[in-house]
Amino acid sequence: MIGLSGVSRRFGAVEALAGIDLEVGESEFLAVIGRSGCGKSTLLRIIAGLLEPSAGTVVVDGRPVRRPRRDVALVFQRPALLPWRTVLGNVLLPVEILGLPSASSRKHALELLDSAGLGDVHGRLPHELSGGMQQRVALCRALVQRPRVLLMDEPFSALDALTRAELADRLQELHMGLRATTVFVTHSIQEAVLLADRVAVLTPRPGRIRKILDVDIPRPRSFGHNAHLIEVSRCVAELHDLLL
Amino acid sequence: MKSFALPVAGAVVAIAVWWAATAVLGVRPFFLPSPPDIVAAFLAQPGYLLREAWATLTATVIGFLVAAVGGVLLAVVLTLAQSVSRATLPLLVALNSVPKVALAPLLVLWLGFGAAPKVVLVVLICFFPVVVASAAGLGSTPAELGELGRSLSASRWQQYAKIRLPWALPQVFVGLKIAISLAVIGAVVAEINQPNHGLGAVVVLSGMSFDTPLAFAAIALLALLSVGLFYAVAGLERLLLPWAKAITG
Ligand SMILES: Nc1ncnc2c1ncn2[C@@H]1O[C@H](COP(=O)(O)OP(=O)(O)O)[C@@H](O)[C@H]1O
Ligand SMILES: [Mg+2]
Repeated sequence: MIGLSGVSRRFGAVEALAGIDLEVGESEFLAVIGRSGCGKSTLLRIIAGLLEPSAGTVVVDGRPVRRPRRDVALVFQRPALLPWRTVLGNVLLPVEILGLPSASSRKHALELLDSAGLGDVHGRLPHELSGGMQQRVALCRALVQRPRVLLMDEPFSALDALTRAELADRLQELHMGLRATTVFVTHSIQEAVLLADRVAVLTPRPGRIRKILDVDIPRPRSFGHNAHLIEVSRCVAELHDLLL
Repeated sequence: MKSFALPVAGAVVAIAVWWAATAVLGVRPFFLPSPPDIVAAFLAQPGYLLREAWATLTATVIGFLVAAVGGVLLAVVLTLAQSVSRATLPLLVALNSVPKVALAPLLVLWLGFGAAPKVVLVVLICFFPVVVASAAGLGSTPAELGELGRSLSASRWQQYAKIRLPWALPQVFVGLKIAISLAVIGAVVAEINQPNHGLGAVVVLSGMSFDTPLAFAAIALLALLSVGLFYAVAGLERLLLPWAKAITG
């Protein structure tokens, strides 16, 4: 679904990414993990078509990426909601900009909000919600355009630990249902192991792929009581060694 | 209700001190009228004063509205292209630094004796703060919101209409609140220069006939007008942008 070959990116003298080769399969969940400043956001923006690589090629769904695509949705670290729009209005922003059919999209948006536990706050303004709820709204906004590719840039890193765990759980459920191809940037080893089919570990600047780790743990995964704690801790330990 | 109590108390105390001062020191009304003298001057010819106040008010509001719409539009144009803003900004700054008072006689020369020169002076005096504040607001879109728009391939028009312009509105209102205070000054400057209509004209004419209480009545009406207009703009802001207070903390 997503293919990068020899992708590099410089910002003036700074080399952010160097020689990235990466394939992400249809419906795969890939986590990208690395120190801050190693080029994770840059990688995501290149896949999104927001930034051109200095060298190399990016292909999404068989076609080279030159500009943002309608079937690719982004979730940022901060919710990036429009403060003057209600929760529902925010979720409908992509519908308006992309010119999607409004009646059916509105129904879809309300369903998304309902399943995110936001059904009864859809008329509120963003500042009336907690950080975790705001990020859920941002996730609904990304899903309303029915993306085939979901790009998430440390979406939970501004939240407290419990909210993070809760949202990660919710994302796992969503992914098992929707099967959108997902690239999930994080610097949390736990999140990567909980969510990903594979984890790409980046080196510090310039970002290169140090290793791609398969996470062969049956889903649904959790850190609670389950049968896979041994595999989980093995993956966590391996990522720990690669990163630190 | 609480928010009204303090400003009203301040005004009442100020008027009381003034009244006491004129009474205790025995100042003649010709020199400094006491509050009752001013009220009496107003009640002597309320129709005349209100008519002139209306003339000032309409010119002020029309000029302000033209400057508000024009200023926001120019700010949009300035932020659309770096080259446009680099080419026009110095010119704008130069025009703004011309003392508007000096333009008043010229405007009469060009536009005649009607309300036009007055409205134009108001526009000129209001324009700059609106442009500067709006351009600052339009330039302050957070990076993520810009990327959100771009990731959805939003057109220029959509970027402005759905993201950048609403985001800029709190700052636009900063400019509008400065402009509305200046607008009244602009109208009065024009009326003093060409005293045929408006409260500014009343001040000039009553001064020439040594009717100080009447001049003060006109000035008091001007003050009320200014305060009323300012709070009207501030009230509109609260009505339109209930979210702005919340996000600026
Ligand atoms: N627009 C930009 N201009 C200049 N340098 C940039 C820009 N974006 C990122 N960089 C630099 O590229 C490097 C990688 O940044 P980024 O992709 O944001 O890292 P990460 O998301 O992994 O923390 C950093 O050193 C950063 O300073
Ligand atoms: Mg980043």
